[in-house]
Amino acid sequence: MYAYDQYDQQMVDARVEEFRDQARRRLEGKLSEDQFKPLRLMNGLYLQLHAYMLRVAIPYGTLSGTQMRALADIAEKYDRGYGHFTTRQNIQYNWIKLEDAADILADLAKVEMHAIQTSGNCIRNISSDHFAGAAADEVVDPRPYAELLRQWSSFHPEFSYLPRKFKIAVIASEQDRAAMRLHDIGINIVRNSDGELGAAFYVGGGMGRTPMIAPCIREFVPLDRLVTYAEACLRVYNRYGRRDNKYKARIKILVHELGAEEYTRQVEEEYQHLLDSGVEPPFAELERIRTFFADPDFDSEAGEDIDRSDPDFALWVDRNTVAHKQAGYVSAVISLKPVGGIPGDATADQMRVMADLAEKYSFDELRVMHTQNVVLPHVRKADLHALWTALDDAGLGSPNLDTIEDIIACPGLDYCSLANARSIPVAQKIAQRFAETKKTATLGQLKLKISGCINACGHHHAGHIGILGVDRKGVENYQLSLGGSEAEDVSLAKITGPGFDEDGIVDAVETVTGVYEREREGEERFLDTYRRIGMGPFKEALYG
Amino acid sequence: MKLLTGNDLKTGAVTWWTGADWSIHVEDAVDVTGQEDEIARREEAARRVNVPYAIEAELHKGSPRPAHIKDRVRALGPTVRPDLTLKPADPEIGNWVI
Repeated sequence: MYAYDQYDQQMVDARVEEFRDQARRRLEGKLSEDQFKPLRLMNGLYLQLHAYMLRVAIPYGTLSGTQMRALADIAEKYDRGYGHFTTRQNIQYNWIKLEDAADILADLAKVEMHAIQTSGNCIRNISSDHFAGAAADEVVDPRPYAELLRQWSSFHPEFSYLPRKFKIAVIASEQDRAAMRLHDIGINIVRNSDGELGAAFYVGGGMGRTPMIAPCIREFVPLDRLVTYAEACLRVYNRYGRRDNKYKARIKILVHELGAEEYTRQVEEEYQHLLDSGVEPPFAELERIRTFFADPDFDSEAGEDIDRSDPDFALWVDRNTVAHKQAGYVSAVISLKPVGGIPGDATADQMRVMADLAEKYSFDELRVMHTQNVVLPHVRKADLHALWTALDDAGLGSPNLDTIEDIIACPGLDYCSLANARSIPVAQKIAQRFAETKKTATLGQLKLKISGCINACGHHHAGHIGILGVDRKGVENYQLSLGGSEAEDVSLAKITGPGFDEDGIVDAVETVTGVYEREREGEERFLDTYRRIGMGPFKEALYG
Repeated sequence: MKLLTGNDLKTGAVTWWTGADWSIHVEDAVDVTGQEDEIARREEAARRVNVPYAIEAELHKGSPRPAHIKDRVRALGPTVRPDLTLKPADPEIGNWVI
């Protein structure tokens, strides 16, 4: 894992003290709320539906046991004993007091964490593949490149007041586990025919009210020009992105309105201009960063055998473990989706259990997934039963990765001041319905995502089944959509028709899964069947 | 009727204007129709409340009930965490929100 150097630590410590002074002045009335709001937002402190909410950055989703334990301590000491892991690999606390906020930031700084760039019109926390450094299919570990971009973008003066927020994802495999093409910039580290590493740039994707899939604007940027090319992309956006209309200010609108070809032309022109400007950090810096992400000391003698005599354990192994690049190891997914639970929530005690297990079984590493689960990336197969037993004891052993119970849901109207409808109760009811009918297993991979408003934090556009909560004359209503994917087969879901009330949407989901069961051929997933037969049979079943 | 609501500056807690002070219980709130701007200005200047604003409400069994579901959720707490709501023992509370 990356470790702060003295500059990183000084920057974060200085920011804490700066914010401590700002909060003090606000509490003393020397700053108005209008003056203070942009300052607190720069430190991840929102004013939400019930209280202040603090969003803490988890760069590319990577945490150590010590860091996870610090997050648990914060939940217990300053909040109400739990935290919420988000769809951008961050964590949010819902019940923060302004008078405690600087102390929390100081506690975070002690474990090399912060809440900078988790709000505002800047480059946000950079996300990545949650199996980075472990995935059997990756070209290279993408995290050193994400870290390089994190350092470049932190407090970047030119990009601190962009037309709108800006999200970057970095992956390095054919399988996209980071919704890369639904980001403002998606970067895929690839190897060319000469065996050289480079970066494919996808620009102008996003969800929200105008979902778009990012086109590839350059298939291969040499890695010693990664930052320069990213800077060129940002410069064109910063210059021409719309600042007159918040709803048209994201880069996806600029790329769409200019056309990908013209946007690319302008980026290439800027890139040529920047090539000799010294923007790119010395390659030695990338090499320095890379040393922090060296493989852990894997046991080369680790065996492949797993005792599957316990059927509950065998099911968890089948569902929640993923192939690893190292023989004898897997990545194990800790589900934060118990049936009837709140997707992404973990108690302080559960966070401590995860921290302990990471230290014991996974070289002290955890990853937060954008799907609101947590990964132990490097677990020996021989340790899986002991791990599962400990997880199950802590309520963390649900065997439901990528099933209909593994629902992404934003906080919705239960917590969020922007939301129009509640997401969590709908997720709970759907998971309970399918658990009761025991259909989860037969439906296989089925990604269901729920957003409580058009901002799409619950990624409903990218769900095999997507649900969007809307406000219809003061009453919650839910639109159903089908056919989305955030993976390498990326697509945007289409709305089926008129919406449903809270109970109706649960029935509607059961109806469309029934169509899938009737129509599927062979090993088809729900998404494959939808793509083959189209919307017609689903609409017919829903609306007659 | 109109209620005046905001957040406590220090704690962020949702608060309601009672006619003399701020309460975390919506049932303590009073009708502020016609006075909302003046009270909001005065109380915000005194830092007794943060970002106050008026909402529509109606009387329900003798107590004010916000007209919009968002304000009802805000008044009570998250519906999915009854242990964290202001009236965890009230069996009617779900109906009150929805």
